[in-house]
Amino acid sequence: MNLEKVIFGFFIVFAATLNFGFFIGEIDNPTHHDIYELFAAIVVNLIATVLKFGDRTQIGAIHLATSLVADLQLLAAAMVWGYAVHVDGTGLTAGVMSSIVSLSGGALFANVISVVILIAETIMQRR
Amino acid sequence: MTSSTPTSTIFLVLRRLRTPLIVLILIFALSVLGLTLVPGPPDANGAIQRLSFFHSVYFFSYTATTIGFGEIPYAFSEQQRLWVTLCIYLSVIGWAYTLGTVFAMLQDKNFLNAVAVQRFARQVRRLREHFFLVCGYGETGRLICKALDELGYRAVVIEKDEAKVGDLELQSYSADMPALCADAGEPDTLLFAGLTSRYCRGVIALTNDDSTNLAVAIAARLLAPALPALCRAEHSDTVANMASFGTRHIINPFEQFGEYMALALHSPAAYHLLLWLTGLPGTTVTRHRDPPAGKWVLCGYGSFGKVMTEALENASLPVTIIDRSPPVDPAHHWVKGDGTGADALAAAGIREAVGIVAATGNDVNNLSIVVTAHQMNPGLFTVLRQNHVANRALFDAFESDFTMVPSEIVAHECLAILTTPLLAPFLAAVRKADDTWAEALLQDVTSRFGWDVPAVWSVAINIAQAPSVYRLLMRHETRLKLGDLLRAPVTDRPDLSCRALLLLREGDPPRLLPDEDQEVLLGDQLLFVGDETARKELNLTLFNAHTLKYVLTGLDSPGGLVWEWLAARRRKEEAARR
Repeated sequence: MNLEKVIFGFFIVFAATLNFGFFIGEIDNPTHHDIYELFAAIVVNLIATVLKFGDRTQIGAIHLATSLVADLQLLAAAMVWGYAVHVDGTGLTAGVMSSIVSLSGGALFANVISVVILIAETIMQRR
Repeated sequence: MTSSTPTSTIFLVLRRLRTPLIVLILIFALSVLGLTLVPGPPDANGAIQRLSFFHSVYFFSYTATTIGFGEIPYAFSEQQRLWVTLCIYLSVIGWAYTLGTVFAMLQDKNFLNAVAVQRFARQVRRLREHFFLVCGYGETGRLICKALDELGYRAVVIEKDEAKVGDLELQSYSADMPALCADAGEPDTLLFAGLTSRYCRGVIALTNDDSTNLAVAIAARLLAPALPALCRAEHSDTVANMASFGTRHIINPFEQFGEYMALALHSPAAYHLLLWLTGLPGTTVTRHRDPPAGKWVLCGYGSFGKVMTEALENASLPVTIIDRSPPVDPAHHWVKGDGTGADALAAAGIREAVGIVAATGNDVNNLSIVVTAHQMNPGLFTVLRQNHVANRALFDAFESDFTMVPSEIVAHECLAILTTPLLAPFLAAVRKADDTWAEALLQDVTSRFGWDVPAVWSVAINIAQAPSVYRLLMRHETRLKLGDLLRAPVTDRPDLSCRALLLLREGDPPRLLPDEDQEVLLGDQLLFVGDETARKELNLTLFNAHTLKYVLTGLDSPGGLVWEWLAARRRKEEAARR
């Protein structure tokens, strides 16, 4: 067992679970999607991205790529949220909420790929 | 993987920055989260306000970056101020840590090395001219780089010693020479330096270390088999090892000098001719005293001493050896002692001797030997071994008859091989020829071109090196004589101040000193000696059809279709008038 591997796996899975927690629920219902969960998902995703820096293998490259995609999607979701509430002033309408949640859904997909790669890598090593 | 791979720099940076970045993200996240949770001042209705994520991120972004716009969007409550105070100190720690890591990394040897390797590999990749790969920028490397620069070639240098790489950067070469501080014995380094590049013209291994030179030789043999490799080797087992896998040119400075000495004893004129032809560009050769026949004394029986003893004994001259160690070879007359002292010299019979060879590995001892010997017998012919170029002033002051400087010998040999491939067969002929022939030739060329080292160049009559002559000969209309070609493309077409030394023709034996009536055919290879102007003018003739026509006929042909047509019409009219 390797502490570095534990931390690495922890953050990748944690990013996916938080993302999933935010995503689940009726797509246009603001009460089903908590802003703190989105915040936590973004922070954990960013940390997972940084943890993937500096690995030169092919798998490492795909890992980093999926994480960057997830970051992009989640940050876009947060920006839509902030824009709707503070800049535009429309507030959290059903339309705004669905676009936020669908963006986070895209991030979730990237995070799932990340988890799949993690599992595949583990199985490949056979130890 | 080592840090020497060029792509690794960015990964190295990212890997080092992992912890500081995570610390920054955590500090940022914690502060923003706290800001959204800490109760703010009550609004108009008395309800507690809280900062939204949007405002928290905004506030913290300008606070953490020390911009500090103040309390936006409203004056904070005391609880919020308490939290912000904490956040400010946290963020300062985060930035200090990150910046500290970045600066430490910029100072880091590994990182700097990775950046240097990458820059060097990029420079070499972008080279679009022919270059030579020089391994080892010592005394010889410096001479070679200087000469290559003067001859208009580029060089890529690998040197292990950082100070010498710095020295290279200070030299004012006309072209930029990419240099890397690394071990040339590693194949990776050679690959970065363009060993397999199609612009690489040759590899020159000149390091002080025989095993490194051997490693370069074998890497060149396996990775770039077509490339000529010139390797310096000082030990006979290295020479044998290099020869075993077919290294093209192995240069042993001691044996080379031994050959020079043998040649000087056998045929002084041939020796001077060789010295004059292979000198470093821009230097002057002086005529030496010829080494006399008689009894010789040699101090220091090392690898150089052995070679010199052999050279002298082959000329059937008796040699007395002075060495600190007991006799290894009972066949020689041996005096055990220190050559720097008068006693040992007297015991070796210096007063009756005609010459002395100071062949130890120590420059100061060598000088001391010859100075002492000279006092005891002023008429002595002195041969001095100079180990370091830095001691030149001392050796110049003594004015010995021969000075053996290994670095210069290697440099001469390398340049002769690299720049004029035809010189080697000519020199082989010179070595074999008798003294009267060499004396006549030496008299002839030095009276014409002086004792300054001349330009020596070879020309192949083919499409690449002589396109205009090639096209002329392909038409099979005229027969071309060498003398016709060697005229200057100026008014009255005077003879060029150069001379053909050798003509090589497929299937024929080499022709030494071809005369003016010698016919030039396609595929001929010619070796010339002369001055730099002649070389340039001959090149012009070989490349430019108009110049060639003027040189052959004395007629200036007009360039361009319209002028050609007008000239043809005028000629026709003139012919009709007659």
